[in-house]
Amino acid sequence: MDDIYKTDALIAENIDAYLETHQHKTMLRFITCGSVDDGKSTLIGRLLYDSKMIFEDQLATLEADSKRVGTQGENIDFALLVDGLAAEREQGITIDVAYRFFATEKRKFIVADTPGHEQYTRNMVTGASTADLAVILVDARKGVLTQTRRHSYLAHLLGIRHIVLAVNKMDLVGYDREVFDRIVADYRAFAESIGIIEFTAVPISGLGGDNIASPSVAMGWYDGPTLLSHLETVELDQSADQRKPFRLPVQWVNRPNLDFRGFAGTIVSGQVHPGDEVRVLPSGKTSSVARIVTLDGELERAVAGQAVTLCLADEIDCSRGQVITAANSPVEVADQFEATVIWMDEDEMVPGRAYWLKIGPQTVSATVAQPKYQVNVNTMEHLAAKTLDLNAIGVAVVTTDRDIPFAPYEDSRDLGGFILIDKLTNRTVGAGLIHFALRRASNIHWQATDISRDHHANLKNQQPMVLWMTGLSGSGKSTIANLVEKKLARMNRHTFLLDGDNVRHGLNKDLGFTDADRVENIRRVGEVAKLMSDAGLIVITAFISPFRSEREMVRGMMQPGEFVEIFIDTPLEEAEKRDVKGLYAKARAGALKNFTGIDSPYEPPEAPQIRIDTTRMSPEEAADLIIAKLIP
Amino acid sequence: MTLQTLTHLQRLEAEAIHIMREVVSEAEKPVMLYSVGKDSAVMLHLARKAFYPAPPPFPLLHVDTTWKFREMYALRDRAARKAGMQLIVYQNPEAVKRGINPFDHGGLHTDMWKTEGLKQALDLHGFDAAFGGARRDEEKSRAKERIFSFRTAAHRWDPKAQRPELWRIYNARKAKGESMRVFPLSNWTELDIWQYIHLQNIEIVPLYFAAERPTVIRDGLLLMVDDERFPLNGETPVMRSVRFRTLGCYPLTGAVESRATTLPEIIQEMLLTTTSERQGRAIDHDQAASMEKKKQEGYF
Repeated sequence: MDDIYKTDALIAENIDAYLETHQHKTMLRFITCGSVDDGKSTLIGRLLYDSKMIFEDQLATLEADSKRVGTQGENIDFALLVDGLAAEREQGITIDVAYRFFATEKRKFIVADTPGHEQYTRNMVTGASTADLAVILVDARKGVLTQTRRHSYLAHLLGIRHIVLAVNKMDLVGYDREVFDRIVADYRAFAESIGIIEFTAVPISGLGGDNIASPSVAMGWYDGPTLLSHLETVELDQSADQRKPFRLPVQWVNRPNLDFRGFAGTIVSGQVHPGDEVRVLPSGKTSSVARIVTLDGELERAVAGQAVTLCLADEIDCSRGQVITAANSPVEVADQFEATVIWMDEDEMVPGRAYWLKIGPQTVSATVAQPKYQVNVNTMEHLAAKTLDLNAIGVAVVTTDRDIPFAPYEDSRDLGGFILIDKLTNRTVGAGLIHFALRRASNIHWQATDISRDHHANLKNQQPMVLWMTGLSGSGKSTIANLVEKKLARMNRHTFLLDGDNVRHGLNKDLGFTDADRVENIRRVGEVAKLMSDAGLIVITAFISPFRSEREMVRGMMQPGEFVEIFIDTPLEEAEKRDVKGLYAKARAGALKNFTGIDSPYEPPEAPQIRIDTTRMSPEEAADLIIAKLIP
Repeated sequence: MTLQTLTHLQRLEAEAIHIMREVVSEAEKPVMLYSVGKDSAVMLHLARKAFYPAPPPFPLLHVDTTWKFREMYALRDRAARKAGMQLIVYQNPEAVKRGINPFDHGGLHTDMWKTEGLKQALDLHGFDAAFGGARRDEEKSRAKERIFSFRTAAHRWDPKAQRPELWRIYNARKAKGESMRVFPLSNWTELDIWQYIHLQNIEIVPLYFAAERPTVIRDGLLLMVDDERFPLNGETPVMRSVRFRTLGCYPLTGAVESRATTLPEIIQEMLLTTTSERQGRAIDHDQAASMEKKKQEGYF
């Protein structure tokens, strides 16, 4: 062990020589997969301890804590060193992603330490997303378990090229070679079945330190590398990325004065030199690199992993989110994809709902269709699924609201990996891995027509609008909408009323009342309202439309200012008391499922343009108020 | 094609620059917390690199306690000028009025000057993203904190409701009033910081280097008598060759006896020593989870 870390003598004798060596270290990020029972925290604790990343005062705390809450009797419980937050310590379990650091003579290491249980799949996915290598821990007494398969599947899914099978606790099976060989054979059969072509197996003992930093005396039969020497020599993704074509997603346009215009970003693959021909996507414009600018002077070359600023020879349009690529090897551009989606939020995915999708530096609006299938992460079976809930992984079609430059995830983590953000809570709710673009994008073109929407509106001598009434069932939407339309007709306005119940008899008769169906219901009504407003009509709609996201989605479809949200505000007690259609009674009796206000939520508008309080206003007064506010 | 191997410091540098550019692109009004320590010095240096040839497009904010070392104040003003950045100095007016000090007020000193002072300064200027120089290797609760760490409108951190952070993608979206703390040095260790300062020749406060300084011993900490406000009760300070591994309020920051007067010597001493960095700070000495509690309340 000491040869790897042994530095004290050199540090003491010749610090300059020591620094010279250490300034040329490379960096490897890896993830450890396993549970506390497999000795994962103990292994990491030992790596830190052996590389002197534990200081004396921390050791004193550790010793005190070991006696107080440790599981190793009077011995040091290394697991306590890595189990961070107070709440977790009490539960005796790690529940998040923690990052640890240690270094040897050759490399600095960043370890993503994540919990192993199935309910923490999202944590493992997070840790795996930045790792070059995964250490899959197996207890020698138990062999390949369900969780081993799950961890391996996730590591492979997230594109980790180097897998290490660490068979731990060899001390508890008498350092038996046959036990090790049997586990490796089992694992190989499984690994091949999911596409892991090669892996490195190491028999270790975290407690005793066997084959971790130094070769095990007790396992003379093993002639492979120790865990650390493998970690020190394995090829880095950063090197592999450099061999791929040049790509730089633009993060920020640097324009301090009229004479300088630089495109700042991190090179995600390839290399670039002054004079190289480049192409900007999605515009497709070409130019060449004039200079690579840094504070330390201009560079003759920059490579994958570096954050630089490029100046181009020509004044071409390029902004945040666009990708500068090698001219002869551009990336694809599309707006519809098949992707693996990993759901990370307590609230399940709502197919059809608009989420923010962030890919590289670019954020666009996107919807995810009902999954084609969900993957059982323990057996890798494909299951039918209507949605994805927390920790679920499925394959679905993702549609963005505009063309984005991308690469399949297996070619580029940076251009093929995206996150999904809820538009209301701003939480990161999902992650996605792009497989390929769907043909729709390139085959369906927008047909330009000669009679414009302005022309339609001018003929009718009116300003098109969508009056969107939202409120509980029985709040009075349809009654008020009907009155508004009658009054507008008397004023010679061309209108059309879309009513919730009526639409469900035809256009939307295939939809039910689940969250996903409600979203699709509103999306279709929104599209119809949009066509009608393009035709110059004033559209009045009366739909419960319970979710804020979908109302915002419809607002986004319309021309700015044409969408008017009208909140028909009737308290639940009042609506239930009226119960014109007898539906509340049925819902209360359990005969009607997913009824808004009873067992399905209603999210009231936060800032409606018009709010109608039906407890203080008759429908007639409400209609007059709406007209007065809208028609000058 | 010949490959160019990036060193760990080059990769850490690129990561920090990437993070800073994301914040500037997504936040409405970012600011860089500047504490004048070595981590702040590195962070400021990286900001200059990230936006070169433009100056960093945000101001520096020093949440002052009036009890920092005099040499820190001198470097603070010089560093801001050199970077071409606006420097905002904020002192909690209530703490000024009540004369809060580390000798008479114990934990209230940190709470009012630093925790409250920071919240007040961020609210006053409406900053929605603040860069901080904290590193994950400093203590355990930091190891789990995100690089983009979300705070409620009341500046609280909820360790259970942290956003997953994948690849190089950071979710900086937030509602009005909410804010982000952003830690570009999350993945650096103390050794990385020192090596980088050495390689890049970054100016740091001379207090990090050993020199003869007037000192007294209080509660096991070796303290420097930096000005006449230090109550000596008749004791005469002793001149000792000392330096500081971390810098804060001078009456709360323990020195170590040392002869290290160059960066390589400091690094040498650091590597051979066996006490961790934060031990010189009186603030962490309560219980194991003290930092986590402080952070939930809004301590940086």
